[in-house]
Amino acid sequence: MFDIVGRRKWAYIVSAVILVPSILSLVFFRLQLGIDFSGGTIYELRFEATPPTEEIKRIYLSLDLGEPLVQATGEGSVIIRSKELGLEDKQAVRSALEEVHGQAEELRFEAVGPVIARELTQRAILAVLVASVGILVYITWAFRHVPQPFRYGVCAICALVHDVLVVLGVFSVLGFLVNKEIDSMFITAILTAIGYSVHDTIVVFDRVRENRSKYSHAPLPTVVNFSVNQTIDRSLNTSITLLITLFALYLFGGLAIKDFVLALLIGTATGTYSSIFIAASLLVDWDLFSRRQVEAA
Amino acid sequence: MNRRYFITLAFIIVFVTLASYVNLPDNPGLNIGIGNARLVRDLRYHLGLDLQGGLHVVLRATPAEGQNITSDHMEATRDIIAERVNALGVSEPIVQLEGTDRIIVELPGVENPDEAIALFRETGELAFVDIGKSTVPPIQVGGLVEGEQYKRLFTGAMVQSAEVGFDERSLPQINFELKDEGAVIFEEFTSQNICVRAGGAPCTWLGITLDNTLISAATISSTISNRGRITGSFTLDEARDIVIKLKYGALPVPLEIAQNRTVGPTLGQDSVDRSLRAGIIGLVLVAVFMLIYYRLPGVVAVVALLIYALLVLGIFRLWPVVLTLAGIAGFILSVGMAVDANILIFERLKEELRRGRTLRSALDVGFDRAWTSIRDSNISTLITCAVLFYFGTGIVRGFAVTLAIGVIISMFTAIIVTRTFLYLVVRLPQFRDVSWLYGVAEAQEQSLAPRQAPPQQATEP
Repeated sequence: MFDIVGRRKWAYIVSAVILVPSILSLVFFRLQLGIDFSGGTIYELRFEATPPTEEIKRIYLSLDLGEPLVQATGEGSVIIRSKELGLEDKQAVRSALEEVHGQAEELRFEAVGPVIARELTQRAILAVLVASVGILVYITWAFRHVPQPFRYGVCAICALVHDVLVVLGVFSVLGFLVNKEIDSMFITAILTAIGYSVHDTIVVFDRVRENRSKYSHAPLPTVVNFSVNQTIDRSLNTSITLLITLFALYLFGGLAIKDFVLALLIGTATGTYSSIFIAASLLVDWDLFSRRQVEAA
Repeated sequence: MNRRYFITLAFIIVFVTLASYVNLPDNPGLNIGIGNARLVRDLRYHLGLDLQGGLHVVLRATPAEGQNITSDHMEATRDIIAERVNALGVSEPIVQLEGTDRIIVELPGVENPDEAIALFRETGELAFVDIGKSTVPPIQVGGLVEGEQYKRLFTGAMVQSAEVGFDERSLPQINFELKDEGAVIFEEFTSQNICVRAGGAPCTWLGITLDNTLISAATISSTISNRGRITGSFTLDEARDIVIKLKYGALPVPLEIAQNRTVGPTLGQDSVDRSLRAGIIGLVLVAVFMLIYYRLPGVVAVVALLIYALLVLGIFRLWPVVLTLAGIAGFILSVGMAVDANILIFERLKEELRRGRTLRSALDVGFDRAWTSIRDSNISTLITCAVLFYFGTGIVRGFAVTLAIGVIISMFTAIIVTRTFLYLVVRLPQFRDVSWLYGVAEAQEQSLAPRQAPPQQATEP
């Protein structure tokens, strides 16, 4: 048996080392918002020979459409991000490009106006909040037969916030370094990671719940450590199988879901880590803290 | 006691057979009816716009100053758009109201998305206008007809019927018939404005406008009452679009495009192929891992996983669930969750075996205790799915639905299928008391027995 709970100081240090830069990056670099949240247009075209980036920029500027962000996919197509384009603008861009580079195939055109963008942002934030509250309520109810069921819920939510911050932090850094943008799918990934993180935490807590009634004489830190050890094989194996599927999706799943899967990968990894090392440790520290309060009183 | 498992097994076999039938690539579909209730399904995958290509547009009403939009306006607008869209002949179009001022239009596999948008989004108000006296057309075709000097005779609402025809030079034209009120106005106007070419006198020009843009201008050679034609330099498609707008009327409120997502068919097909391949690779790797790590139960888990995939895919076809890229990702993720249920049970089983229990009692305890974990963790995932479905739009909802279906079915396969198979397998003498088959070396107890229980605050300095 590993003394995981006894060495929880190290877990806190590891988390701090990851969380502090994540939070700093979120404060200073923010997140690169995709068109879903900022409004704008993504236009993807495939040519026989990809036109040079500079030329595309020149065409957009000459049509008074602002400076676009051009990205070659390496599969013969270009993805052009710009402010929101109407249908006339789009046709103007297309014919200007086709004049020089021949027939183009239109792979994708996505234009999101400011009204929708604002709404999607609000809904995304609301969704994360409502999901968290729903889970908190459910855990408190599911653990109603153990002492202080509310604590289990709060600790699970802390682990969840930890995981969300890590995923957001990584994407904030990637946004700063390589202009990685977040979109609706990213929010979906965050919510899934939340679901998984809690899923994982509950498995550990469920064992704590069971062992507390079984070994009512033993102190909580011991019971928690024992429970974590009993569930660690399952936690690791589950995340190995999930990570295997996610890696397969990431490597072979195509460009459209790459960022989504990346967010899920990070979320799954940190979700497993936090349920083993953070959620359970917080439960123990909360218990020790309140005991000290009682003794001091 | 044992008969129960055989009955369950029979049920599983029935389910699997049904699911296999639904999953047949060329099954003839479903058409059953009891009394008046009929269930008709074509039993194939319904692919979303991102997978088969197509158009998703959100239109927002932009009322003119002083105009109030009521729900009646929006419903009328939706109905007109739906009729125009149906005239396009796209299969499975969706036109629905959202909120108080929006209409969502989805056209899977549409060939010319831009033209389609123009067709259903434009107000489509046709007007017959007196554009003034002159020897040459006062306005060129394509010009704007706006202002006090142009007198509107009547609008497209007076048109009884319209169809595409061809003129003497075989160019497309629009033949129309007017309602009685329109015919009266038209007859009066045309009889008073017959053009006499002699002496180069200026003639009155009759303009026909679509959303205030001139599409045709002509002088009048004889009195016309209820039948007429619009000629101009139309392509066949343009003539058809005008006819559609005339037939179904003008939109009561002007609309702007709030969101427009168009995916070409190539990108969609590419995504399907890639995600399917990725999914299969993932499944195979997971199966290999389960077999190596859990041995005999691993075999059971892989069989249960196959049944799981069969059932979920069957539901996708039966429901039917519209599959999007995010939906496929949700399904693949749910496979991971389905495996988790098995892992929870097997780990528990191993633990109980190590504790020295017999196989049968270890199975009983293992399932009982694993169930609470499976239930609580899956309910939290279902809560997330519900939230995603409620707050999400198109793509996100697809993900939530497939994940939720996956999670629910995974509870069924883990508890019913895995359990029944394991119980039946352990009845066979070859598989009994062979601990290596279950990945347990020997009975070695691990517990917090009183002698091991450390004194209070053991982990605290």
